[in-house]
Amino acid sequence: MQRANVWGGVITVLTVLCALVWAFPLYWGVVSSLKPEDEVVRPFIELWPETLTFQHYVHAVTDTQIVAWYINSIAVAVGVTVITIVTSLLCGYALSQLRFPGRTALWWLILASFMVPTQALIINHFVLVAQLGLINTWAGIMLPQLIHPVIIIVYKQFFDQVPKDFREAAVMDNAGEFRILFRVYLPMNWGVTTALSIVTFIWTWNAFLWPFLSVTRTEMMTVPVGITQVNDAFGVYYARQLAAAVLAGLPVAVAYLLFQRKVTEAITLSAGIKG
Amino acid sequence: MLTNRRKDALVAAVLVAPFLAIYLLVFVWPTIQMFGISFTDAPLIGSGEWVGLDNYARLDSDPRFRTAAWNTAYFVLLTVLPGTVVALLIALGVARLKGRLQAAVLALFFLPYILPVSVVYLIWDWVLNFQFGILMHVFDLLGIDRIPITKSRTWFMPAVGIVTIWWTAGFSILLFLAGLRSIPAEIYEAAALDSAGRWTTFRRITWPLLWPVTTLVFTIQLIAQLKIFDQVYLFSQGGRPNDNVVLVYYVFQRAFQQDQGGRAAAVAVTLFVLVVVVSVLQFTLLRMAGGRR
Repeated sequence: MQRANVWGGVITVLTVLCALVWAFPLYWGVVSSLKPEDEVVRPFIELWPETLTFQHYVHAVTDTQIVAWYINSIAVAVGVTVITIVTSLLCGYALSQLRFPGRTALWWLILASFMVPTQALIINHFVLVAQLGLINTWAGIMLPQLIHPVIIIVYKQFFDQVPKDFREAAVMDNAGEFRILFRVYLPMNWGVTTALSIVTFIWTWNAFLWPFLSVTRTEMMTVPVGITQVNDAFGVYYARQLAAAVLAGLPVAVAYLLFQRKVTEAITLSAGIKG
Repeated sequence: MLTNRRKDALVAAVLVAPFLAIYLLVFVWPTIQMFGISFTDAPLIGSGEWVGLDNYARLDSDPRFRTAAWNTAYFVLLTVLPGTVVALLIALGVARLKGRLQAAVLALFFLPYILPVSVVYLIWDWVLNFQFGILMHVFDLLGIDRIPITKSRTWFMPAVGIVTIWWTAGFSILLFLAGLRSIPAEIYEAAALDSAGRWTTFRRITWPLLWPVTTLVFTIQLIAQLKIFDQVYLFSQGGRPNDNVVLVYYVFQRAFQQDQGGRAAAVAVTLFVLVVVVSVLQFTLLRMAGGRR
């Protein structure tokens, strides 16, 4: 018995130590961004800056286009989130509550789309967006990102679980489908709606490949693309690069830390596991 | 007066239409076009002549395609199984913790997953920096020779593999934790009454009951890593892109740098088919794993 406890303690301590080591590169990136450039390149390890400075952040905001990239990223992420959530909500409701011809086919179409590797479609997404004249625009960055079939599936599961009594009562009151959806089903599922919205926002904010391909003008880039494409603007100023990286990661890190439970719930749901 | 059935169908059509329109526009249409242009010598934008299976036939003798296919396979080998094992071990450790400590420790493991790939790249590029990187200071202390990791043929893929595991493990840990939580406590209590040891309990209870989640994590990782591009591209900047190409990188180079849409599409189709086959296998495997319970 006592031996088991000792081992338990050892494993606990190891897990905590491992977590600290795991997160250390993040700490190191942030700390380095707060050191003056000459301290950053010192030939030994200093875990805390001798002189704490925010000059690299000031530089990022005033001397790079990060403010424009922020506006682009926010616009694209909000746009994708709203459109994806609304279209998925409507489609999920129809699949869950209505009987209509083609319902099974639609369900299989959605399941099949899980297999589609969007990375393989980059050529034709580019052709499509170019033909629509949307290269270097918010709409162009958004278009191929507007589909997350898993959100429809999650909505369907949640709507399936709403007791039938609610629907029958609403139908008795002569309420139409839209009324039932927006007055009964949606309010009963605000929790999952916010969770899904937060992760859709995070996914879109973090997207790299497509925003990287669909934008050629620096001022139209999203933050994650911008901070890697304009190395020249930073030169070999490591601390400046890291300050830009911290600014790029900040919104999603904060969103995660604020809504930790919602984010983990939605991510587990999106993998097909009921939380 | 419409019958209920017809009214339902009409409402359903309105509700489904927005999703279906986007789906057809950004999934179905590009997929058909991808197959189409893979049989032509089209540039990135514009049409080309029909060349039959030429683009596919050329792949076999294209050294860069071979490199790309090999690197992708190598990357899968480096990340999928090791990543699954690392995540399982961490999840087992985290599951033992309670309350706030558990939440805090989980957050530390999960935080990298929530960050954009370019942030992960910049942080690790700094950690691995040949001149000033903290890892090189550690190497110096341990008496190991410094290595220009991202410029080295030998170390590039393993390093990017480790960074990828570091970046994505949080997701797998989360799934394993959900799986561990769904194992009823009574089973463990019964095992404790039978005074089963730690290892026996894991082997006889945890491992078999966790098998469906393990299959899920493994196959999700497999499919994700076949589609690897971002990290490899970013770490290759200023390095040796042609030695580091993976399948998606090859498509990118052919289509966007060499303006050969048709030849790029042939590789895109190859990747597409590969992912679909693996996905079908995943589906079958998950059904079997679920059935075992």
